[in-house]
Amino acid sequence: MAILSKDEAQQLLKKVLSYSKAEECEVFLTGSDGGNIRYARNSVSTAGEISQQTLAVSSTFGKKTGVATIDEFDDTSLEKVVHRAEELAQLAPENPEHMPLLGPQDFPQSITYVPATAAITPDSRAEAVGKSIQATKDAKLQAAGYLENTTAFSAVMNSKGLFAYNKSTDVVFSVTTRNEEGTGSGYAARGYHDVSKLDTYTATKIAATKANGSIGAKAIEPGKYTVILEPVAVAYLLESLFFGLDARNADEGRSFMSKAGGGNRLGEQLMDTKVNIYSDPFNPELPSSTWSREGQLLQKRNWIEKGVVKNLSYSRFWADKKKVEAVPPPANVIMDGGTASLDELIKSTEKGILVSRLWYIRMVDPQTLLLTGLTRDGTFYIENGEVKFPIKNFRFNESPVIMLNNVEALGKPERSISVESYRSYLVPPIKARDFTFTSLSDAV
Amino acid sequence: MAGMGFGSLVMPKLPFGARMIDVSEALNAGIDVAVKKQLADIAMTAARSKGATYTDVRIGRYLNQFIVTRETRIQNIVNTESFGVGIRVIANGSWGFAAGNDVTKDGIARIAERAVAVAKANAKIISEPVQLAPQKGYGEVNWKTPIIKNAFEVPIKEKVDLLLNVNGIAMKGGANFINSAILAVDEQKYFASTDGSYIDQDIHRIYPFFNVTKIDQASGKFQTRQSLSSPVGMGYEYLTPTPESKVQGIVTRYKDRYDMLEDVKNAAADVTQKISAKSVEPGKYDLVLDPSHLWLTIHESVAHPTELDRVLGYEANFAGTSFLTLDKWKSGNFQFGSKLVNIVADKLQSGSLGAVGYDDEGVKCKQWDLIKDGVLVNYQAIRDQAHIIGLKESQGCCYSQSWSDVQFQRMPNVSLRPGKDPLSVDDIIKNVQKGIYIIGNGSFSIDQQRYNFQFGGQTFYEIKDGKIVGMLKDVAYQANTREFWNSCTAIADQRDYRLGGAFNDGKGQPSQSNAVSHGSSTARFNGVNVINTARKI
Repeated sequence: MAILSKDEAQQLLKKVLSYSKAEECEVFLTGSDGGNIRYARNSVSTAGEISQQTLAVSSTFGKKTGVATIDEFDDTSLEKVVHRAEELAQLAPENPEHMPLLGPQDFPQSITYVPATAAITPDSRAEAVGKSIQATKDAKLQAAGYLENTTAFSAVMNSKGLFAYNKSTDVVFSVTTRNEEGTGSGYAARGYHDVSKLDTYTATKIAATKANGSIGAKAIEPGKYTVILEPVAVAYLLESLFFGLDARNADEGRSFMSKAGGGNRLGEQLMDTKVNIYSDPFNPELPSSTWSREGQLLQKRNWIEKGVVKNLSYSRFWADKKKVEAVPPPANVIMDGGTASLDELIKSTEKGILVSRLWYIRMVDPQTLLLTGLTRDGTFYIENGEVKFPIKNFRFNESPVIMLNNVEALGKPERSISVESYRSYLVPPIKARDFTFTSLSDAV
Repeated sequence: MAGMGFGSLVMPKLPFGARMIDVSEALNAGIDVAVKKQLADIAMTAARSKGATYTDVRIGRYLNQFIVTRETRIQNIVNTESFGVGIRVIANGSWGFAAGNDVTKDGIARIAERAVAVAKANAKIISEPVQLAPQKGYGEVNWKTPIIKNAFEVPIKEKVDLLLNVNGIAMKGGANFINSAILAVDEQKYFASTDGSYIDQDIHRIYPFFNVTKIDQASGKFQTRQSLSSPVGMGYEYLTPTPESKVQGIVTRYKDRYDMLEDVKNAAADVTQKISAKSVEPGKYDLVLDPSHLWLTIHESVAHPTELDRVLGYEANFAGTSFLTLDKWKSGNFQFGSKLVNIVADKLQSGSLGAVGYDDEGVKCKQWDLIKDGVLVNYQAIRDQAHIIGLKESQGCCYSQSWSDVQFQRMPNVSLRPGKDPLSVDDIIKNVQKGIYIIGNGSFSIDQQRYNFQFGGQTFYEIKDGKIVGMLKDVAYQANTREFWNSCTAIADQRDYRLGGAFNDGKGQPSQSNAVSHGSSTARFNGVNVINTARKI
């Protein structure tokens, strides 16, 4: 097991710091135990287990910093890694953006660790996958899927007295079900800190319903449509917006948050008033660590409030230069919604398109956050409040900033994962008008 | 799919557990090959004693060096080392894998036993046992990338000076910002299997890179131009330019040597011109695509759909499946492209990212046709897939990004053969009435079966009546793969042939990066749909 308790980590880091002769020294310790299982064609294809621990030492003289890391933990190795960091610091060029270390702070204990998730074994992973395969076979489909669990800890201590520790668990599951002929495909994805919330059988049944419902898709003309994006589509579409909220890039003029004539768009009404995006380490559905890698306290913070840009992240250097408070980037992202279910959103739609999932989203133009990508695994035409028939997949070219200006309604938020980064978000289904589809795809 | 954009191009995903080291440590020889053999034998014996019927052991030392700068400042100098072992077994007919960095006699035996436990847990829910294509053991052999100058031996100062010089030229040329980097990779891989192979390989790659930004503050708009370099399977000699490695034209492009100082000067001029360039009128155009651009279109629309694991459904949950289904291949007459289109799979080409002696399941590397005279003729397969397409042996396409990840089918270099008849780029352009000449790769996206794609670029030139008349911006083209390749009406000859590529082709769950090259000469595609990407927010 590569997971140390808070006391064990504190003892180890104290010992490492005792070897330091630098003006400033910070030590960072991480460890993880993880396992995964992958399946396709209703059978396991690969599976594995990996465990790892790493210690990083950052030593500073003046504005010169050296970093060295090691994965051996005997006293000689620990002393060696500290000396190596000091040697590297003496050789390093001065960093004009160096900021002094932070002093001691009180960090509340997070709620990111769940013992049941840490107790997952190869057999329990295989059992969870067995249930998914069974649900697929029951629906006369083929499944390909993936389940991965990780238990990790991180701890930081520095020569100014800062100490922080966090332990977390995570499990992600995703499954694609397809028919033998390759004319129908459905998908489901789940991510939790607590594995007891994971029901691979039910998730796979949803994917199977999508797969069978998507058979016989008709082609309709590309163009601007009202869309209802399910949470798994929303999480992936908005990810680049969530991590583009950086003040420096904006101030430098190379971001969608840049203002014509210089500066950034803090305080501007950039989106519809229904849009609220924030971070909160103690959200019970999506908790995060309570401290940042730089040793800053993470608290509830609004990024977009009623469509207005309320905060951008400021590194400590940039904040000092701009004479504002440093703001660490978000460790979790939550978008508020309403109380409507997906069915209720569909019922309120005269004409529109239900998008189950998006795929291969890439930046086309960072100055407008224009993204392209495709729909996938279940796209449906809605008329008079009902799903009428499956339609062929579309390519879109759309900026999430424009899309969030065109919001008509938000449903009940759900925890969902980005299908590419596997990061979890808490986001609602979104109904938005004038979403731009630019071409048809034959892909199923 | 290729990586997630600019950020991941600058910083490819590190192998799990990579640790930072002093540069001098990168020059250590690592553990002796005789010791590796002894440890591998211990692992194979331990796995067999627990019931494994096949075992392979990969002891890997993965070295990376990143030197990252912006404007006048060094942002990061990082050397990392990742060392450990990954053990793959078959037990009760199922694969199992375990990895760890306790590479001692006891540690490696424990990891082997964990791999067998994983295989046995999975065996309960497999539908059919693994069928491995036979592979003869090669005994004790070795292979090394034929480099002239090891990038890890070049002093850091020399690299920093080059990058800061590059940055200075960009700023002097009118750029507002520049990010530049040199990335170097050395994979020291030892492979042993119960087939009787003990293979020691030393694989080198390098990627010098920059991105120049110019801002028009009044309008709040900005433009960028990336370097026209390519990641290559070479040493530091790639950064020693020679006249014969340069391709002259509207802008200088590069073959097997790269002139970073010259390219950045051109980039600063290009990005200034881009600010005031004409926004493209959407519509149908004939496209003339430079190899610095076309490699990515080949990567996404030819190399990925011919991966056999995608065709069979193994990637259905992530990267997707393929429109090149087995029935199309079996028909023997599926016209993937025009008769000019010949696409080759290759793991041998010197200077390419995919060139190695043996793949990660101990198969000697080779070259074979994928598309011949426009017709689909083959796929890319590994040992447990070979029987499905009637092969008696693997094509050697197995790869893992590190010791801690399980190896699986990854694409070799996949390249468009140059035109057989003499034809220059100028000859191609002079026959185009309404077209766009695209240089450098930009935005990219393709569906999960590889039908519908969209690509941007770095610079775009309008062609009218056989002549280049000026620069365009806001250009992206959308097409259907088969229609696009069937619209190929001209391919320049061997003189124009160049490699492009990526360090970070992503596939699999957990996702792994693969480094791969794609070669071509400039080619023409008729009547492709071009969209305008400008928006206002």
